[in-house]
Amino acid sequence: MFKRMKPSVTFFGVGLLIFVVIQALLSLGLLNNYWRGIIFWGAAITMVSLGLNLIYGFNGQFSLGQYGFYAIGAYASADVTYRWVRGDPSALVVVLTGALLALGFYILVSAFLRRFYGVTVMARFTFYVLATILAFAIAVIAFVPLFGPLFSAVLGALPTAVSQQIVFLLALLGGAALAGIASFLFGIPVLELGSDYFGIATLGFTIIIKVLLDNTDTILPFPEMKGARGMIGIPQWTTWPWVFASLLLVIVVMRNVLHSSVGRAIVSVREDERAAELVGIDVTNAKILAFVLGSIFAGLAGGIRAHDLAFLHPQSFNFIQSFNPLIIVVFGGLASMTGTIVTGFFWIFLLEGILRLFLPTGFETWRLVVYPLILLLMMLLRPEGVFGRYELPFLRRRMPPLPAEALAVVAEPTPLRAQTPAVVEVTREEVV
Amino acid sequence: MNGRPDGIAPEIEARPLMLEMEGVTHFFGNLRAVHNFDLALRHGELVGLIGPNGAGKTTVFNLITGVYRATEGDIRYKGAELVGLPSYEIIQMGIARTFQNIRLFANLTVLDNVRIAYHPHAGYGLVDSVFHTKRFREKEAEMAAQAQEFLEIFSLGERRNDIAGSLPYGLQRRLEIARALAAYPRVLILDEPAAGMNPQEIDELMELIHFIRDRFDLTILLVEHRMRLVMNICEWITVMDFGEIIARGFPADVRNDPHVVEAYLGRQAVDIR
Repeated sequence: MFKRMKPSVTFFGVGLLIFVVIQALLSLGLLNNYWRGIIFWGAAITMVSLGLNLIYGFNGQFSLGQYGFYAIGAYASADVTYRWVRGDPSALVVVLTGALLALGFYILVSAFLRRFYGVTVMARFTFYVLATILAFAIAVIAFVPLFGPLFSAVLGALPTAVSQQIVFLLALLGGAALAGIASFLFGIPVLELGSDYFGIATLGFTIIIKVLLDNTDTILPFPEMKGARGMIGIPQWTTWPWVFASLLLVIVVMRNVLHSSVGRAIVSVREDERAAELVGIDVTNAKILAFVLGSIFAGLAGGIRAHDLAFLHPQSFNFIQSFNPLIIVVFGGLASMTGTIVTGFFWIFLLEGILRLFLPTGFETWRLVVYPLILLLMMLLRPEGVFGRYELPFLRRRMPPLPAEALAVVAEPTPLRAQTPAVVEVTREEVV
Repeated sequence: MNGRPDGIAPEIEARPLMLEMEGVTHFFGNLRAVHNFDLALRHGELVGLIGPNGAGKTTVFNLITGVYRATEGDIRYKGAELVGLPSYEIIQMGIARTFQNIRLFANLTVLDNVRIAYHPHAGYGLVDSVFHTKRFREKEAEMAAQAQEFLEIFSLGERRNDIAGSLPYGLQRRLEIARALAAYPRVLILDEPAAGMNPQEIDELMELIHFIRDRFDLTILLVEHRMRLVMNICEWITVMDFGEIIARGFPADVRNDPHVVEAYLGRQAVDIR
């Protein structure tokens, strides 16, 4: 028993140690704000990249949309807390109740659509979009006046330190949920496309999100986001426990899903889509699941990042940036969680942390020369990535022990072998 | 009765219909790949579909499993219409197939190949997966035991941790059948199961096909080029050429049918006989 538990014990033990050490360094003031920012950034990028690895590495869908969902999570959760600290619970109510209502509607819509044969993709998409619009319209029109004072009263009754943590948690969940909803709606029509076309479409998605963010105060009704000038005044609530807990959550959820039958279905789609469909796997479902889950990770990371920086600018979510997680995933090794985690941190440490200290200012402009070169060398020298498919013992897929019933079957001679001599006799007669 | 030869024993004719195809026609553009195809399988039968290259046999399989949507006609499984359903739903209803050119998940282990086909019967959902609940552990253990049993039947038990793509050809063929069975089908469709096998292996395969039919209570439809297999194993045979049915009957009759001889060997062969 202990032997099977050992990887988990080791993993969580080492995790706890890292948590305590960094918390101690932060508390003692041995890590300055610069390095604190680098660590938090590394964690956020790692979460985004893990999401991409689920979509691209494990499910085989080449996506450049990850930064779009990262941006949605960042802006949504930032708006929630921004308004909350200014005494306005509306964003909190809309995001939470809207997301829950949308989820409820999706269940109804899917039950409704299941009663029809041959519903086209666009019809399906239209139904879900309408359900989403309806859910958020109800949230804005009805739930804000209804629940707004209630939220304010209940959370206001708590001590500020507690209510702040609760609001932050809800904001993170809300941002992740919105990213998930956006990816779900976007994924329904677009995941039907083949992998390459899907990549182009997701690139388009990132660009659309960037343009929308540039115009949040003109096209969209969010003057507090201040469009291309950048959103300021976000409360800086991200602390090391939040970062650590989010990262751990993402790793454990992803690992647990991948080690289940659902995860095997996701991987089978990467291996051979047609064959997966013809052994009874709902391929569309598996693709959407991986895509939504990966986007939720990105949305969560966005919330963490926004409340660490306390400043958001659309330029940090442009499509060039969206290549970052792609480079990390490919560099660390497609379908290697370990590779993504190590490379994600390493990437930020090296390129944003250490090099900035030693190289003259202005070297950043050379990054877009350096990144492709690194990637080129990587493809030539080690195409499977630094870690290939290596995983830490905790993250490694373990084969189940031989079950007792199966052993019983092994013990008795297999019917095939037992009956083989009879066949040979028959065929000899035939030959004679 | 359409889609069946005459002279089948009445006790077999009394069994329920498993798979029916009625007037099925399929066009690729202007090319008529299958024309007015009829076929009816009753429970527990083992039926062959043969014909020269390009006759449309694999197209028939692809029509049944929803890879293509039949231009005209009906395909029914236990009376339920299949035309227009997505492949995975057809498979989940109880029809499984293998492929002419092996399509395993080549980078995954032997055990995982089988467990993936078991996925629709896993009995737990995403929430159980995320939290690794008790239900997850129980069902996962059950799945592993079931998969192992399928592997033992095909003598693959000891190779369960091997990468599927690294198995020798004959074992890959067996693994494909094992994977198809893991979907718990009632109707099994085998597309050239003996391709690339030597006579000894074909004998083993015949025994295996009989065994799995009895063990899992299957109805089997198979396409095959190797006459040794088809003539020995199939209860009756349908012969296709250019998308049409040219003969149907018991193996001994089909073997001597002039249309069949002509399709395989040419007009002259019939005259010589």
